[in-house]
Amino acid sequence: METIVQVQGLRKTYGATVAVDDISFVVHEGEIFGMVGPNGAGKTTTIECLEGLRKPDAGTVRVLGVDPQQEGQTLRLRAGMQLQQSNLPDRMKVWEALDLYASFYPKPLDWRDLLVQLGLEEKRNTPFGKLSGGQKQRLFIALALLPDPQLVFLDELTTGLDPQARRAIWDLVRDVRARGKTVILTTHFMEEAERLCDRVAILDRGKIVALDTPEALIRALGAEERVVFHIEGNLPPAFASALSEGTRLEVQGERATVYSRNGRQVPLVVEVVGLLSAQGIRYRDLRTEQPNLEDVFLSLTGREMRD
Amino acid sequence: MKSLWKMTWMEAKLFLREPFGTFFTLAFPLMMLFLFGSIYGNEPSPLFGGRGTIDISLPSYTAMIIATTGLMSTTITIAMYREYGILRRLRTTPVSPLVILGAQVIVLFLMTAAGMMLLLLAGKLVYHVQFEGNALSLLAGFTLASLSFFGIGFFLAGIVPTPRTAQIVGMVLLYPMIFLSGAGFPRELLPATIQKIATFLPLTYVVNLLRGLWFGEAWSQHVTDVAVLAVALVVGVLASSRLFRWE
Ligand SMILES: Nc1ncnc2c1ncn2[C@@H]1O[C@H](COP(=O)(O)OP(=O)(O)OP(=O)(O)O)[C@@H](O)[C@H]1O
Ligand SMILES: [Mg+2]
Repeated sequence: METIVQVQGLRKTYGATVAVDDISFVVHEGEIFGMVGPNGAGKTTTIECLEGLRKPDAGTVRVLGVDPQQEGQTLRLRAGMQLQQSNLPDRMKVWEALDLYASFYPKPLDWRDLLVQLGLEEKRNTPFGKLSGGQKQRLFIALALLPDPQLVFLDELTTGLDPQARRAIWDLVRDVRARGKTVILTTHFMEEAERLCDRVAILDRGKIVALDTPEALIRALGAEERVVFHIEGNLPPAFASALSEGTRLEVQGERATVYSRNGRQVPLVVEVVGLLSAQGIRYRDLRTEQPNLEDVFLSLTGREMRD
Repeated sequence: MKSLWKMTWMEAKLFLREPFGTFFTLAFPLMMLFLFGSIYGNEPSPLFGGRGTIDISLPSYTAMIIATTGLMSTTITIAMYREYGILRRLRTTPVSPLVILGAQVIVLFLMTAAGMMLLLLAGKLVYHVQFEGNALSLLAGFTLASLSFFGIGFFLAGIVPTPRTAQIVGMVLLYPMIFLSGAGFPRELLPATIQKIATFLPLTYVVNLLRGLWFGEAWSQHVTDVAVLAVALVVGVLASSRLFRWE
């Protein structure tokens, strides 16, 4: 597998703030590489160091075989970039933006196709300033894909998008990978990272706290399977004491959750349902939940909000 | 080359969609012309060496357009593109900064020239002004003056932090300068002390040069004007290329 991005000991500080603290990783050709992490974890800083927009304080970065600081032009010709924050002139129309940006690249895709794929044909003649947030976001994704790049950077690709658009973008991104290209993205949606990314790096306070495939990350959590149900009134204390060894009960109002280690003899759901009927407890909406990337994320980065 | 062309065309459309720039470059000078034309007419006057008010105003109004595009349009556009992250987005593409700035210069130059042509046309049709100079000479002087004012504009864009400040700085410099340099109305009507102050204003040299060339004077009579504007151009280009910021 070809290495597309190689980062070694990357560090970036702003005054006293250490935005990225000595991180290293590689991205392989043809993979969708995701970065997740709380606000201010350093995702944008990392991605913009790779794009050559910010100058690292220390460490080496190679992207598509070049140093982004030295040979930015080579990189910009071969990589498409969507930034977390940028703009177009308010009075520039959607088609004009695509047509203009297409002229910057030697072999751009046909922007008319992108317009259709991103559901923007109706907005073709709308000025940028009159687009909704999600429509602007889609236009920026179109601009990133326009050069038909070998590598695409998407910083918060689906922020502000409705569920339909989000799924359409996932398909587009998978399509990019299917054509052998590489994608590096950041997201705050764990479901997105889990379903879309081949590998995910979890960043926290400028460091990579975990990096693996979503499945491996979830498995490594040794995560608990759980059963959730709703009760009317209170759960009798007898229910809690009758639960087997190694389970844990959490009650929030009408909602009860029973947690348990994986790899049990009797499936947790069988035990819980058995107990509920044996004790004649009325319940509804019972379901089992598998541990997911969000559980991994919260367990690694904590539950408190970051400043 | 293709990107320079597309970018220029795009910027031209954006310029025309922006009411502010279009008004001050194309419409306002015409309004001035008709306003003063209706007050004073274009009768020959000894004060202006036997020329009329309109004859003498056309090169001055042209200088006014140059000052407006240079100090306002250039500065505000660049400051806005930087503040709103428009330059940041462009920076992720292989397009050269020279294309971005080149397109701005071409569009502003053409718009300024269009403003001058409109003035000339209205002057000829309505007030029968006589153009006594050499068209190529005038074009050369006009080009020098415009470019040196764009240079000043790019320099200002490099030092102002936001589009709002760009607008304020532009206006603070522009209006007194138009008034004092004789671009707004004939300097002959201003007191001598003010005419002294005017020698410190770059726009004064634009007015001098354009008026001279307009009435067919030789370049040799305008060495100072050319020198001042050329220095302003070189300093402007050097300073703005050092001060240019993407964000
Ligand atoms: N230009 C800057 N100047 C000063 N500090 C900065 C700058 N950019 C980022 N920071 C700081 O660096 C840290 C990392 O920011 P960064 O934008 O990389 O986070 P992020 O992971 O992308 O966050 P988010 O999820 O909110 O986008 C933050 O503490 C932020 O305040
Ligand atoms: Mg970010």
